[in-house]
Parts: sequence; structure tokens; C-alpha cells
Amino acid sequence: MLLSLEKCTVATGPTRGRWPSGVEMERFADEADVVIVGGGPAGLAAAIRLKQLANKHEKELRVCLVEKASQIGAHTLSGACLEPSALTELIPDWKERGAPLNTPVTEDVFSILTEKHRIPVPILPGLPMQNHGNYIIRMGNLVHWLGEQAEELGVELYPGYAAAEVLFHEDGSVKGIATNDVGIAKDGSPKDVFERGMELHAKVTLFGEGCHGHLAKQLYKKFNLRENCEPQTYAIGLKEVWMIDEKKWRPGRVEHSVGWPLDRNTYGGSFLYHLNEGEPLVALGFVVGLDYTNPYLSPFREFQRWKHHPFVAPTLEGGQRIAYGARALNEGGFQSIPKLTFPGGLLIGCSPGFMNVPKIKGTHTAMKSGMLAAEAIFPKVTAENLDSETAGLHIPEYAENLKNSWVWKELYAVRNIRPSFHNYFGLYGGMIYTGIFYWILRGKEPWTFKHCGTDASQLKPAKECTPIEYPKPDGKISFDLLSSVALSGTNHEGDQPPHLTLKDDSIPVAKNLAIYDGPEQRFCPAGVYEYVPVETGDGMRLQINAQNCVHCKTCDIKDPSQNINWVVPEGGGGPAYNGL
Amino acid sequence: MSGRVLVGVKRVIDYAVKIRVKPDNTGVVTDGVKHSMNPFCEIAVEEAVKLKEKKLIKEVVAVSCGPQQSQETIRTALAMGADRGIHVEVSGKDYENLGPLQVSKILAALAKKEDAQLILLGKQAIDDDCNQTGQMTAALLDWPQGTFASEVSLEGDKINLVREIDGGLEHIKINTPAVVTADLRLNTPRYATLPNIMKAKKKKIATMKPADLGVDLTSRLEVLKVEEPPQRQAGMKVETVEDLVGKLKEAGRI
Repeated sequence: MLLSLEKCTVATGPTRGRWPSGVEMERFADEADVVIVGGGPAGLAAAIRLKQLANKHEKELRVCLVEKASQIGAHTLSGACLEPSALTELIPDWKERGAPLNTPVTEDVFSILTEKHRIPVPILPGLPMQNHGNYIIRMGNLVHWLGEQAEELGVELYPGYAAAEVLFHEDGSVKGIATNDVGIAKDGSPKDVFERGMELHAKVTLFGEGCHGHLAKQLYKKFNLRENCEPQTYAIGLKEVWMIDEKKWRPGRVEHSVGWPLDRNTYGGSFLYHLNEGEPLVALGFVVGLDYTNPYLSPFREFQRWKHHPFVAPTLEGGQRIAYGARALNEGGFQSIPKLTFPGGLLIGCSPGFMNVPKIKGTHTAMKSGMLAAEAIFPKVTAENLDSETAGLHIPEYAENLKNSWVWKELYAVRNIRPSFHNYFGLYGGMIYTGIFYWILRGKEPWTFKHCGTDASQLKPAKECTPIEYPKPDGKISFDLLSSVALSGTNHEGDQPPHLTLKDDSIPVAKNLAIYDGPEQRFCPAGVYEYVPVETGDGMRLQINAQNCVHCKTCDIKDPSQNINWVVPEGGGGPAYNGL
Repeated sequence: MSGRVLVGVKRVIDYAVKIRVKPDNTGVVTDGVKHSMNPFCEIAVEEAVKLKEKKLIKEVVAVSCGPQQSQETIRTALAMGADRGIHVEVSGKDYENLGPLQVSKILAALAKKEDAQLILLGKQAIDDDCNQTGQMTAALLDWPQGTFASEVSLEGDKINLVREIDGGLEHIKINTPAVVTADLRLNTPRYATLPNIMKAKKKKIATMKPADLGVDLTSRLEVLKVEEPPQRQAGMKVETVEDLVGKLKEAGRI
């Protein structure tokens, strides 16, 4: 192992001036051929494909993957109805190998909900939300299984270690990553157990951090990757898993709804899937587009009150909630795909964002992007005498191959559906557009709608909006926020600098609270943000309960002042999702 | 003196996870649930590694009894500084019935086999809270025991120990070989950093079965039922003392 003296880059925040001399600041460095940041479907698919190619061509290839969750799959959350296309391309014998795809979709139901009633909507073949041939899965279990396949092939997996910093060669190309320093106290000073993170150098680094990755955020700026695309737009997805009464259990049944409790101008809807894995489990959840305008809206409370709808509550009555979690997801689609490659690295999966929004599926495209990345990288990293302009390899072939693949065609075809909601009729305008233009033209219309700008800029001032009266949770079907957060199993080492950093400490009270009535109190699905009275005198202050964070990234996306900057906490911290 | 220390490490459900009882009430759900090293075992490993760094002992051997995944726990101990590991394979029904008596028998057999000078354990595991393994191991070996240690120092062939007891702090001196169990304030465990995890992959973990050590795993305990604690009922406010007495009589308490 090499030793490397690098500047100490601690999480941003009030830390300088407390660093005593005599603290060991050197970092160990190690070399791999390829380093992958993120152990989700994209990262693991890339790792597996790289090793498959290495074994086939009998070449040595060191592939290292770092993942901030304590175990592979612990930060994974998704609906999910998986389209198995990419998985079958990657591992054709996935069934014999025991991949956890146990629930083929048998029933597919789509509804528009009103406060008391339900309008069924027929799912005509060809509409994106049709799920024939797909599987209801617990994504965390699939990711865990992919991790086992990767390890068998010789990928070095390092869960519990977060990539905190991108490293650069002198020529500006990406050199690799460094994991975070550990043992820093809340005030920023080093504790006795302080140790610097480690550097992993690679010829190419793949960034697969999932939706709104924090390193990707830095890379967009550094390499200007977003100059020719629309800003990404997002939604927040909240999910619960319930053990229900066996009499209500209909394995293989998929239910989606739009409408109540959201108004026609707020994008979002629900899902409820009946799993078939031996126990009467259902996975259910609610998605709210983060371009909502009312700062009084609380996605968590919309989710809780939706469960009381006469069409939903009977399924849950007599059941027991056993899991909860939340995560932001991409809604920008085709228009928001950035430049994908830069010297020394490339972006895969939901990080750049390949989600098919009307299908609400992004896993098959994420995996395919990982596989295409591997296929483009392999010849270059194993070449004997490669002529490269930069120290870190540039692999533009990845982006070209992606453009020629089914991923591009699929995303292009549905590109106008989500933006079509931005019209006076909101939801209904969007559905009419989908029915006419998508079903008939399959996205061949020559125009491409634009999005409306960033999600953060959509909030209206509080005084222009009406507070929403949410019902109290009843403790049987709906629940309060803190007991939900406890179910996510989330935890962080208490004595560390909060990883939800503020660029300017005065803005939360001066702007977020004053103009928008503190929307972060409502959009955070984990109760991280609270405005509390100051101890002495008048006024409020923002209290950040960083330990509750479930790493959903919503605050970084939706903060109207864009003042909150999510950085990665000590590796291993965060939720402990089990098969979500 | 061999200068060898055996450290027992147990793989338990992570302390931050919400425990769920299995629908058939035979135990708690463990499938896919986040596990980690028992916090008191981490403290024991840290103490052993500190003793080695002070050159007071020569070798730290991490031991765990359990299924295949226990090897991950041993790897963490290796990354913290243990030299090698021993995985005693116990799985299935045997693992469900594994308790302090069987583990102490295994540790006692290993201590003899490895010619250990000191056995360091956590004071208790956070899943069963038994607080028995250290004490039973010492009894089986007829060794002195220093439990609930908040300070440990070696002095020749003796150990000075400070124990946290109900009445305060107790200072004792015991002979080696001995069994010591770690309490919370003994030390702050170091992080298992990534370079050390990579190095740990090269360190050896020997595997064996309890039968290889001549240990019989039959349990003398049978778990009849596992239930969630009763739901907390809402309290009730009363206006006067008479009301309070009346309500207590109604509830049959007085």
C-alpha cells in the first residue's frame, strides 16, 4: 500500500481551528483497475459484468466497490415491480441461482381516487403502466443477492465504507475516491479514535450513488456535465411493508392510484403490491412530485391519510406494519440526462437518472447502464498499451452505446408524459395526453416538452397558500412520524458533525421560516428538521436531528434556498432496511 | 506463559434495529436483519489489542460461535487488530439453542487447546442479556474471574482490576490465567478502517465444530414462547385522593 499525503477534507461545517498538531494526517492509498461507488443495482450490475468479461477473456481485473450502508441492500428502497429484461441479459440463469423474483404479477389495477370513491381506469395493452411479465420484488433482497453473485465472481465489496471525496490527478482527471475520515467529534475536533479515510485509486471510477448522489453533485459542477440538459426533477417515495390478515391477501396483485388525497396540480400517486413469499406481506407506498407548490404539504402525512381511503383501508385492517422508509426518485427522464462521461470516470444508474417515469421503473435501465459501462470500460482497462490523453481514462464509448440501446429508445418514447402534467387541468390533462399521444403515437410526436425549472424553485410563499388540515394518526392504520422513523432502523454515531450541512446558518430562520414557514419540517420523512424556540429570548432556530436521517436526499433537492448540502456521514450509518 | 489472549465475539442483531417477534412466537425475526458485533465484545477486542500494543501479551485470537455469517464478526475483530480467528460452526436448531453454558464449554476447551493466558469477553450480549458466559467459563476452568471490568492492568503474572459494582468501584487483584469481562467504560473501541479490513482478509480464520472440541450442545433449556411486551396502556388522571383509593380498590390492587 502506498502512503499519500492529502489535504484533510472533513465534512463541511464549523470545524477549523480545532485541529491540534500531531494528528496523523496521511492516508493509505491502494490501486484497483476499476472502483465503483454505490452498491445498488447499477453498481453491482457493472461489477458483475466486468468480472464476467474478465473471466471470459482470462484477464486479471481488480474491481472494488464501496457502499455506505453497513450491508449491501440496507439502503435500498423501491416499490417494486421489476421488469426482468436487464437481469436476464446479465445473468440468464437467475432463476436457477435463486434470485428472489418470487411473485409474478397476476392482477393489475389502476384507479383514480376521490375522497370516498374510486374510478377504475382500464390498463390497455401498450400503456406504460401495464405490468404483464413483471415481478413484484423486495428490491433490497435482489440487491443483496446481486452482491452475493458479485462476490462469487471476485468483486471486492466493502459495505460500511462511504466514498466521501473524489480524487483528481494533476491533469484534472478523476483519480479515484477517498472514504470518509472517522472519529471526528460533533464540534469538528478529532477524537482519540480518529483515523483518516483511505484512498482507492483506479483507472476508471464509476459513480452509481442513486438518485441525487452527493459526489455526482460535485462532478456536475467540476466537469460542467449539465450544461446541455434540463435540471433534474424529482419525487419523494415513502414506503411501508405490512403483514396483513391472510383473508385479505391476494398474491401477485398490483394496485396503483392517482388523485386523492393530492389535488389535480400535485403530481403523485400510490402503489400497493401483494408479495408471494410465503407470508401475507404487502408493500405499499406513496409518491409525491417534488415540484409541489404548497409549503404546507407534507408527503408523509399525505401517505398516512391515503391509507384510510375506503379502497385501501380494508386491506390493512387487522394487519401489522413491519417496515418504513423513504427515498427521492428521478422524474426528469430523457430531458434531464446529463453528459455521462468525463476523464477518469462515468455516471451510471439513477444518479444521472434513467427512470421511466410513467412506468415508475428505473431498475432495469439502471442495470443496463451499468452493464454498458462495464462493456465499454473493459477493453480499455485491460489494453496492454493504451494511449490516453489523461491519467484517468475517458470512456465516451459508454455514452454512445447507451444512446444506441433500448434504454434510450424507451426513455425517448415516454419523455413527454410527465411534463404533460404542467397544464391547467393538471392530472387530467396529463392522463388525456398520455391516452392520446402515447398510446397512439408511442412518443413519436416531434416535440419535446420542457420541465418547469428546478423543484426547489417551485414553492410558493406560505402567505399565498392554505395550510392543509391533516387527520391525526389513529395508531392502527396511520402513524406518527417518530414511530415510523424508529421502524427504519436508522442510526448514526451520535458524536460526529451533522452531515446535513448549511452553507449559511442564518438562512433557515431568515428565509425558509419567514417566507415558506419552514417546509423542511414537513418534507423530511424522518423528522430531521425542527424549528424550536431559542433557549433565551425570542425567536426560533433550526434544530437538525441528523441521527434520524434516512438518506433520502429530499432536503438537498427541495430546500427553496438550496442552503442544505447533504454530505455523507460515517460509513455504516443510516437506515437498516430489510428487503425494502 | 504463552502470552495468548482469547477474545470471544458474538454476532447479534444491531442495537438500533426494531426487533420483531416471529408470527409463530418461537423467536425473533433474524433473516436479513442488520447484525453487528455485540458492543461489549467490541470493548473486549479493543482491550486485547491495547494489551498487545503495550507488548504485555503476544497474540490475540478472536473466537465466535455461530453460523457462516459469524465470520464477518471475526473479520471485524481482525480488522481491529486481532491476529487470527477461530470460527466454531453452529447453525440451525443447534444455533437457536446455543446459550452461555454451551459457549463456556467451547471457550474452556479452546483455552486449554490454545494454552491461553487470558480470556476477554463482553460482560453480556445485548440480545439475551444473560451475563453468564464469562462466569461459567471461569468456573469450568477453575480460573479467577474479573467481571464488569472498567480498568485492567497487568502486573507480572497478576491482573489489577477495577470492577463496576452496585455499591461503587471494587479494586481486586487476580492471578492469571483468568477470565475478564468488559464493562462499558473500559475503553472506546477503535474503528475498523478500510485498509485494516483489506489486511484482515489475509489473516487466517480456522473453522471447527463443537464436536471437534468434545463439546455436547444439548441444551437444558427449552424456549416455550416468545412474545412482545404488553402494549403500554394509557394512564388515567384522578381529581381527589378518594378517587384514587376508589380506583385502586376497583382494580383489585388494595
